[in-house]
Amino acid sequence: MTFTALQYWWWPYLFILVAGWLATDVWRYLGVYFGGRAAENSDVIVFIRCVATALVAAVIGNLVVFPSGALADTSLILRIVAMAAGFVAYLLVQRRIVVGIAAAEVVLFAGLLLG
Amino acid sequence: MSATLPHEQEHSRRHWYLRGVRATFSIPGLILSSAFVGFAGLAKAAGLTLWQSVFMVGVVWALPAKVVLIGAILSGASLPAAAFAVALSSIRLMPMVVALVPEMRTERTPRWVLYALSHFVAITSWVLAMEQLSSVPREMRTTFYAGLGGTLVLANMVLVGVIYVLADSFPPMVMAGLLLLTPIYFLTSLWGSAREGAAHVAMGLGIVGGPLVHFVAPSFDLLITGFVCGSLAFLWHKAGRVKISA
Repeated sequence: MTFTALQYWWWPYLFILVAGWLATDVWRYLGVYFGGRAAENSDVIVFIRCVATALVAAVIGNLVVFPSGALADTSLILRIVAMAAGFVAYLLVQRRIVVGIAAAEVVLFAGLLLG
Repeated sequence: MSATLPHEQEHSRRHWYLRGVRATFSIPGLILSSAFVGFAGLAKAAGLTLWQSVFMVGVVWALPAKVVLIGAILSGASLPAAAFAVALSSIRLMPMVVALVPEMRTERTPRWVLYALSHFVAITSWVLAMEQLSSVPREMRTTFYAGLGGTLVLANMVLVGVIYVLADSFPPMVMAGLLLLTPIYFLTSLWGSAREGAAHVAMGLGIVGGPLVHFVAPSFDLLITGFVCGSLAFLWHKAGRVKISA
């Protein structure tokens, strides 16, 4: 049952509700329920944070290596260089996200204009 | 402030709600908006309709969860696999809410208010709230957060709708730039939000592991990478602890 499996107008919305809303709000509701009881640095929480972080990192990697839309027409090397430049700039300039974003975009545009 | 009379409280409730609304217009709020501009491009490129994209912003809200959901849709994952991947990527919301609730709650706060407000919890609103709640009178904190969280969600729903409609008129180079916003925003904000070194290890492994696993198992790449790379990072974390204590 994929996102495009059924042709009914409501199917994508149901898909988003179950795989999106339910899958996120269940954790928020559990957070309210446990409010203050769970220890922030218990091994379980650290492990869960590790898995969640690796999962989101995998999404970042996939967005760069297998991009969609107009980004797919750029070269892989350019995308990786742009990301690396953004990350290094972010680390160098007081960990400012704005600086990282700006540096990555500048490198991407420069690469596209020169290439 | 804690000794305000009822009629003054009524007046200041509106005041604190608006203070929350105003807190949205800040640097973190602007950065988040730029990531949502990128998300609009991503959703459109993935084949979602305008209303599906706006709907997703409202009901899911957390950007990593939405990007994982789009990723799952793109790789043709089934509903259970997509839900599982999104749920895994969103576990982090629970400890965030756990940390936020004691900051906002008073003895008289109804439970449903906390459940309703928890929907607004995602990285940016959480960071802003944890930063600013201490300067808000305790009885006004839920009100303040309703203004902050509600405005962030609504403003970005509108933003995604507008960018989705305009995206066709953007030159391809601008679209490419928009689509790069999401990964670079996540890379930097995720790195900055790490609580322990293990999270940086998990990031390094995951960002390389994701695309590699994608070649082998495209429909389960996120789950496999999350579990394998996350476990390795956790083992690294434990090994470091043992070394220090020995």
